[in-house]
Amino acid sequence: MDQLDGHSFATAFTPLSGLTGGILIGLSAVLLMGGLGRVAGVSGIFGALLGRWTAGSTWRVLFIIGLLAGTFLTSRLGGFDSDTMHFPGNPLTTVLGGLLVGLGTMLGSGCTSGHGICGIARLSVRSIVSTAVFMFFAVATVYMLRHVIGA
Amino acid sequence: MDKLTALLAGLLFGAGITLSGMVNPMKVQNFMDIFGSWDPTLLFVMAAALAVTYAGYQLVLKAPRPRFALAFIIPSLQGIDERLIGGAVVFGLGWGLSGFCPGPAIASLVFGYWPSVLFVVAMAVGMMLARHLFLGTDETKSGG
Repeated sequence: MDQLDGHSFATAFTPLSGLTGGILIGLSAVLLMGGLGRVAGVSGIFGALLGRWTAGSTWRVLFIIGLLAGTFLTSRLGGFDSDTMHFPGNPLTTVLGGLLVGLGTMLGSGCTSGHGICGIARLSVRSIVSTAVFMFFAVATVYMLRHVIGA
Repeated sequence: MDKLTALLAGLLFGAGITLSGMVNPMKVQNFMDIFGSWDPTLLFVMAAALAVTYAGYQLVLKAPRPRFALAFIIPSLQGIDERLIGGAVVFGLGWGLSGFCPGPAIASLVFGYWPSVLFVVAMAVGMMLARHLFLGTDETKSGG
């Protein structure tokens, strides 16, 4: 793993593990709604923990702990090889990306999980519009990075 | 049981984004590179997650209330406004630039690579900035 500035690496198309992983994410969203009546939106869950400790902080912390444990266990059990990870860009683009993702998800009330999965599954118009917009701008950004600036 | 449910939901979520490879930001950025080294895997992840969530929500939302809580908390905001669109534009720029959205970024912390730490810290700063500059409140209205 390293950040090789400007370089990108092809990754293998893995539809089967993609579908399996997607099913697990869906089950997580259904469990959280059926059990706690909550949307499985990570930006909302994480963002709420940045304020004061409230009655709703406990389940959110437990969700994040589960998220970390699930990731750790899955890679330990051979479901993912973390040596294959590569981080696009350089430290500057990583920090800028993080700032924009934090700002954007907080302003827009959601990210890939909250809008893209939970919101669209409720057929929320706001979530459908949001997802179309952030997908479009993500694709446009990568096009600019890889085929205009980096061409 | 409510605590166990939250933990288990997080566990499933982490297992899902890891098994699908979405925890690797290069794989996600390759999904966005439609005109280059395209890796359509994310499409399959989203489709499966959406199908399961759609069907499951139909089932669980029939109940008068969730199993371990008083009520369903469904985002109540309606209508398309500048905040929604502007937020999605800014999020899309950051997601494209880094290949990271909040779930996989936080999950990837367990592998101990410094770009994950850098990203999550910057994301937290961005969220707090948004709250102080634009929302004027400590309460999050976010659903996701």
